[in-house]
Amino acid sequence: MSVTSDVTNSVTSPEVHPIHLDDYIPLIGAPEVDELRAVAAQLSGRTVQMVNSTPTGGGVAEILNRLIPLMQELGLHPRWDVLTGGRDFFEVTKAFHNALHGDPYQPRKEHFDLFLATTEQNCRRLHFDCDFTVIHDPQPLPLIEARVKHEGHWIWRCHIDLSHPNPEVWSFLRPFVYRYDASLFSSPSFARQLSIPQYLFYPCIDPLSDKNIEIDAESQRSVLEHFGIDPARPIILQVSRFDRLKDPVGVVHAYQIVKRYTDCQLVLAGGSAIDDPEGEVVFEEVQRAANGDPDIHALNLPPWSAFEINALQRASTVIVQKSLREGFGLTVTEGLWKKKPVVASAVGGIPAQIIHKHTGLLAHSIEGTAYQIRFLLSNPALAQKLGEQGHEHVRENFLITSNVKRYLTIFLNSQCHS
Amino acid sequence: MKQAENPFRFVTVSNLTRIGNQTAITLEEFRDGLEKCSDASIFHHTFQSLGTHHFLTEGFSNDFAQWVLSALNCPILAERLAAQDIRGYLALNDLRTDLLRVTDEYCFSHPEALNRVAFEPFYYCESVEVTVPHTREAWTLEEFRNWLEHLSNESFHYHFLYSRLRLGLRTNDFSQWFENELALPALARRTNQIDVYTSTVEGARGQLAKYIDRELAA
Repeated sequence: MSVTSDVTNSVTSPEVHPIHLDDYIPLIGAPEVDELRAVAAQLSGRTVQMVNSTPTGGGVAEILNRLIPLMQELGLHPRWDVLTGGRDFFEVTKAFHNALHGDPYQPRKEHFDLFLATTEQNCRRLHFDCDFTVIHDPQPLPLIEARVKHEGHWIWRCHIDLSHPNPEVWSFLRPFVYRYDASLFSSPSFARQLSIPQYLFYPCIDPLSDKNIEIDAESQRSVLEHFGIDPARPIILQVSRFDRLKDPVGVVHAYQIVKRYTDCQLVLAGGSAIDDPEGEVVFEEVQRAANGDPDIHALNLPPWSAFEINALQRASTVIVQKSLREGFGLTVTEGLWKKKPVVASAVGGIPAQIIHKHTGLLAHSIEGTAYQIRFLLSNPALAQKLGEQGHEHVRENFLITSNVKRYLTIFLNSQCHS
Repeated sequence: MKQAENPFRFVTVSNLTRIGNQTAITLEEFRDGLEKCSDASIFHHTFQSLGTHHFLTEGFSNDFAQWVLSALNCPILAERLAAQDIRGYLALNDLRTDLLRVTDEYCFSHPEALNRVAFEPFYYCESVEVTVPHTREAWTLEEFRNWLEHLSNESFHYHFLYSRLRLGLRTNDFSQWFENELALPALARRTNQIDVYTSTVEGARGQLAKYIDRELAA
C-alpha cells in the first residue's frame, strides 16, 4: 500500500479570483440566476448570521465559504461566526456527533457541563442581533439561550442523521431544539417528531470551487503521477475523512473482491477536520486492512487539497461512498457533478442523490458494493448514462445556487408567518 | 401583432418541502397514508416530483410509484401508479381517489403483499410554495417568446404544470393566455399537448418555442 500524508507544490492550482453570481450562468443558465435576484430583492438589507463549529474541513464550512459572499452580492447582510472551544470540548462534541448517529456512548455529567460552559462562553463572545440566525449542527445548538425574547428568526440546520440518536444525548439537546422557529434536515429520514416545523434542506456543492471546477486531462494526469497512481488502469475512489462511519476498511474489502475479477486500483483520499481527533486511528486500521497491496493508495490529505481531490474524482472510473451512516454525503454530490458513476450505501441523504438505476447504484453490504462496482466496470455505456443523469440531478437540486434560493425561500416563508 | 388586453404576468416560484410526521413501511401503511395525507402532500409527491425529476425521461413518474418499485418491489402496482397522468386532474382529491383505487385493487388481488416490509420507509412530505411576482410581463406573442427564454425550470413548471390545479381547467397558464388574450386556439391546443413525461423541461420549453416561432412566422 502506498501512503501519502501531504501534497507538495508540484501541482498548479487554478488561479484564485472572486466569484460572482454571473459566473454560474454557463452552468445553470441565466434564468435561474435572474430569478435568484428576483427572490433576493424581497429580502434586500436583511441581516443573516450563520454559526457553525469549524472554519475549515467538512462540508458545512465549504458551503458557508461560498454562501456568505453570494448572499452579500444578492443584497443581504450575512456574517459567519465560528464556535470556539478547547480540544476537550471538540472531543465531547465529536462523541455527541457519533452518539446522535447511533453509536454507543455513555455520556457523563462533566461532558454536559463542559458542553454548556463552552456554549456560555460563546454566547458572551458572539453577538446575536440579526433578522435570521441559522445555527448549524448540534455543537452550537444551545446558543439559542442568547436569543433576546422572540426577536429575529432562529433556524436550526441539522446536517446529521438523527434517525437513531443516543437517547441521553438527544434528551439533553431536544429542549434547545424546541426553542427554534424551524429546523432543516438533509433528508426526511433524519427528522424527529418535533413540535417545530421541519423542512427538507439539501446541502450543496459549489461547481466553481477548486474541488469541482472543470480541470483538463493533463492536470488530472499530473495529480495521478504525483500520487503514483496508474492512469491506464481503472481507479475506484472513495473520498472521505478517515472515520469509521465512512467505513474505509469496508471499501478495502469490497475492492479486494473486485480485484479478483479486474485489475484495478483503490484510492482512499481523505483527511481530518480539526473537530475529528479519531482520524489517525482509523487511518492505521486502513493500512492494516490493505496488507501491503501496492494498488491501494491511502492519501491522508491536508484540508487545502481541494484541487487534488477534484483531479482524483475526475480521473477515477467509479466513485464509491460506502458510509455506514451519513449526513448527506457531499462527496457523492461531487462525483455525480463530475458525471461519474457512483456506487453508494443507501444511508442518510444518499438515496436522495442516488435514485437507484437512474442516477447511480445503491448497495447495502461489502459484497453488494463489490458487485455494483464490477457491474459498472463491465458496462461503461450504462456507467456513462448514470453519470450524465446524476449530473443533471445535481444541477437541478444540489448546487450552491439552489441552496441560496432555498435559504431565501425559508427566510421569506418565515417572514410571512411572523 | 395582436396586443393582449391583459398581459401574461410571469411569476417566480420557489418550493420548500415540509417534512410531515407520517411514514409508511408496509403497503398497508402506504395505502393508509395515501388516504389520510394532506392535499399538499399529494401535490408534492406527484406534480412537484415530476417537475424536479424532469431530466429522467424514462421510468420515472411520481414518488409513490418509485417507492413501490424500488423499496417495496411491487412492479405491477408501481406501473399502475406511474401511469396516472397528472395532466388529467383538476383537483388533488380526484388524483388521490385514483391512486387509492389502484392501490386498493392491487391489495385486493395480492393480499399477501399488504404486510410486506419495504426496504426503506416512505416519508409523506408537503410542498410549501412561495411565489414572488416578477416585473416581467408580455403583451404580445413576440414579447412572450422573448421572456420564455428567461423563465427558470421551477417557474416554467408553475405556469405549465401546476397551473391546472390553480385554474381548475385541463389547460395551463400559457395556453389559457394564448387562447383568451391572443385568440390563438390552435397554439393553445398544441402547447397543452406537450408531453412533460417524455421531455425534459428544456425539451418542453424548446417545443413551445418552436410552436411560437411557427406562429410568428405565419
